[in-house]
Amino acid sequence: MSWETVIGLEIHVQLSTKSKLFSGGSTEFGAESNTHVDLIDMGLPGVLPVANKEAFYKAIRFGLATGANINQTSSFDRKNYFYPDLPKGYQITQMAQPIVEKGSIKIAVDDYEKEINITRAHLEEDAGKSIHDMFEGETGVDLNRAGTPLLEIVSEPEISSAKEAVAYFKAIRQLVTFLDICDGNMAQGSMRCDVNVSIKKSGDKELGTRAELKNINSFKFIEKAINFEIDRQIKLIENGESIVQETRLYDSEKNETRSMRSKEEANDYRYFPCPDLLPVIISDKELKEIKENLPELPEEKEIRYINEIGLDESEAKIISSSKTMANMFEEASSKTDDAKLIAKWLVGDISALLNKDNIDIDESNLSAENFGKLIERISDGTISGKIAKSVLEEVWETASDVDEIIQSKGLVQIQDESILEDIAKKVIESNPDQVSAYKAGKDKLFGFFVGQIMKETQGKANPKAVNEILKDLLK
Amino acid sequence: MTIKYKSIKEIKNMISNKEISNKEVIQEVFSLINEFQDLNAFITLNEENSIKKAEELDNNPSDLPLAGIPIAQKDLFCTKGLRTTCGSNILNNFIPPYSATVIENLENAGCISVGKTNMDEFAMGSSNETSFFGNVKNPWGKNLVPGGSSGGAASAVAAGLVPAATGTDTGGSIRQPASLCGITGIKPTYGRVSRWGMIAFASSLDQAGPMARTAEDCAFMLNEMCSHDEKDTTSLDNEIPDFQENLNSSLKGRKIGIVKDLDLSSLNDDVVEIYQNSLKEFESMGAELVDISLPHLSLSVPAYYVVAPAECSSNLSRFDGVKFGMRSEDAKDLEELYVKTRSEGFGDEVKRRILIGSYVLSAGYYDAYYKKAQQVRRLIKNDFENVFKNIDVIMTPTTRGPAFKIGSKGDDPIQMYLEDLFTISANLAGLPAMSLPNGNIENKPIGLQIIGNFLDENTILNFAHMFQNETNWHMYTPEGIIQ
Repeated sequence: MSWETVIGLEIHVQLSTKSKLFSGGSTEFGAESNTHVDLIDMGLPGVLPVANKEAFYKAIRFGLATGANINQTSSFDRKNYFYPDLPKGYQITQMAQPIVEKGSIKIAVDDYEKEINITRAHLEEDAGKSIHDMFEGETGVDLNRAGTPLLEIVSEPEISSAKEAVAYFKAIRQLVTFLDICDGNMAQGSMRCDVNVSIKKSGDKELGTRAELKNINSFKFIEKAINFEIDRQIKLIENGESIVQETRLYDSEKNETRSMRSKEEANDYRYFPCPDLLPVIISDKELKEIKENLPELPEEKEIRYINEIGLDESEAKIISSSKTMANMFEEASSKTDDAKLIAKWLVGDISALLNKDNIDIDESNLSAENFGKLIERISDGTISGKIAKSVLEEVWETASDVDEIIQSKGLVQIQDESILEDIAKKVIESNPDQVSAYKAGKDKLFGFFVGQIMKETQGKANPKAVNEILKDLLK
Repeated sequence: MTIKYKSIKEIKNMISNKEISNKEVIQEVFSLINEFQDLNAFITLNEENSIKKAEELDNNPSDLPLAGIPIAQKDLFCTKGLRTTCGSNILNNFIPPYSATVIENLENAGCISVGKTNMDEFAMGSSNETSFFGNVKNPWGKNLVPGGSSGGAASAVAAGLVPAATGTDTGGSIRQPASLCGITGIKPTYGRVSRWGMIAFASSLDQAGPMARTAEDCAFMLNEMCSHDEKDTTSLDNEIPDFQENLNSSLKGRKIGIVKDLDLSSLNDDVVEIYQNSLKEFESMGAELVDISLPHLSLSVPAYYVVAPAECSSNLSRFDGVKFGMRSEDAKDLEELYVKTRSEGFGDEVKRRILIGSYVLSAGYYDAYYKKAQQVRRLIKNDFENVFKNIDVIMTPTTRGPAFKIGSKGDDPIQMYLEDLFTISANLAGLPAMSLPNGNIENKPIGLQIIGNFLDENTILNFAHMFQNETNWHMYTPEGIIQ
């Protein structure tokens, strides 16, 4: 029997606004517990929410970038349930009229591309955090996160494998970071996702019963959790049992999913329009302004790099794939006209270091500014390419400033021809045998002389100048 | 020299003519409150701060509009540093870290908040019998209810302890107690007064307003209470007029709508007679009576008792024992913490409404109840919009009868809900409405309700003030008529 997998993702993206969705409280991550909490976030009696327009603008950018409909009138509803980290006993969300509906995004998996439709993207407030491991026998509540704006992006159930799910999540992450609406930091929980998984017999029209996997926050775990869940469901059905509609939790340590609550135990959220908030209206003028100021997206960048800057297709793809990489390229481009040189470093040495450490460019110690300096020093002749590699390695380890490394280690390239000529003469004098052999036609020995000069200068001699001087002296 | 039964205007004059010091005013308020403490009108007093503020005013006289005027604040408004209970055990120990916009507005205008008045728990009730702090008594008879939910406020003003008080009105909670206690109160247009810091009962219906001895004082209070508030997105940013501006405009040729659909036959004969006498009074001032039809009016009570409980069931979820307010002592786990805290913290009427509200919002029932009720609400609003094209105000009795005996409607919530029959529709439609005394039945006062068009408080205040110029029902007190 062959099975088809049907997957839908709900991705929660924390929008990078300065203040919360309904209050002036700060959204900064990592502050001391309960210090970024104002009266509204605490849900004190008598307080009222006021919607943060900035969150709407960011949500609209996402909508425009995915070709979606923007609902210029959107409204808020209350989702009622009790939990200690939900201060009001309800979450304010957009049920009936979400800000964004019906978009799509392209994903690339191994050797094929696919378009995934996005049902809707709506704004809602994040909950706080319950802390179970800090107080013996008690649970603590940290409300710093409560009220942080989330954009919940809901896909159609059109994803057919764990790999596609990961590709979809990556595509969304790439997009929201390019749009500058989310920092994409998964470790800090800036992006989290719930996955709906079901299976059906190949060719069946009707969908199978689904399980919802909650709150997964890394690419690796998405893939593992889905694959575990597919296996579990196939085994159940093949053993003649049926799938129960339920919410399951993924345990990354045991690599398994386990039941959290069944449909019968599920909350009745008693959604209704939030009477404290009027519908939010986005004017044509606001929409036009957001449209005009939409940042350049990865695909557009790729095309521009190829057509206008003259990069190879493969270079352009790699550089435009991440916001940080593209920023580095653009920062360095302001320091030199030699785009090929910049691309060579990004695609070559830097990509190699990333692969070696198995990290993402935004996790590395290299900043766009520092990379720009490195390229500048190579192209103005301050350091040679070879020296630049050692400088890069040092930056990679320590995040030190490129110019400081060059200065403190005395790596400035020797340009002065009279100095180089003196060194060359010395090298020729002390190697008479090699000189005769070279003059007798053993051309390969030219490299030997270059090497000797480099050795004398600890690699700081300008290779081009050395070549010319040697050619002249060995004539 | 006493301030008992004096209006704001009179006390202002007494202070500015140096007939009485600010401190003497406040001291007398507290001695009156003490003398009448069996009314149970106050939950928390603010004596020390009030006296201090009065002394400061004596040292540095102020020309602020409400300088030194003692005001009783309904215990539903958050008052910074002063306990705010909303009449509930669950907020028994709650001291807000901030003040409601209404409180700030009034205090910025110089008033002295002398204390927090008793009320039905979370403003749910029409007799003040649901308060955790015991029922309030009506100064017109110690066995009578003052009405509710702003019963403490109405009782304190009617007994002459303070010239004015703040109230809130979700289905009649200013107008009904004003009627039963023989004072004047107005619920302005929804959105005129900021809801920031008002502990929510039903957010789309709640509106604060003043309760005082006269329409003129109500207008004066309203001038200070209303503001556009960026902290409340439902607060209107329409221009706020001077509410005293039109008080004396002539009523000649103005049109009063009389609701044909209202069945007065179920009312006490005396109520009908008093109502009709008032209409004659207005006719004698030149106003005309016009029959109007509000075909969906009879649906207002059922629609209200779906919408209001639905919103309350959600609004009251934050009272869970986790962050503030009371927490049950002996909960063993989270579930028990919620169940015990809320079971011990809320009274029966609040629980009843939370249950009704949860039911009408639940999956499968939402469309049949909540959605339907909102559609009915829209129809009622349309009815009013239509009739106001041709009339200036609508008049009805405020209540079906005068104050009833404490405990007399105890076991029948429906009977209690019908108390608000005439008042509820103004909340559903968001319209301004007021009640003013227009007669007595066996020495128990009763009120006339005037409903106005959207944002047209000035017209109803005008009608009320002209009536009070011509009649003296507002001068009656439990001790007889004042001169």
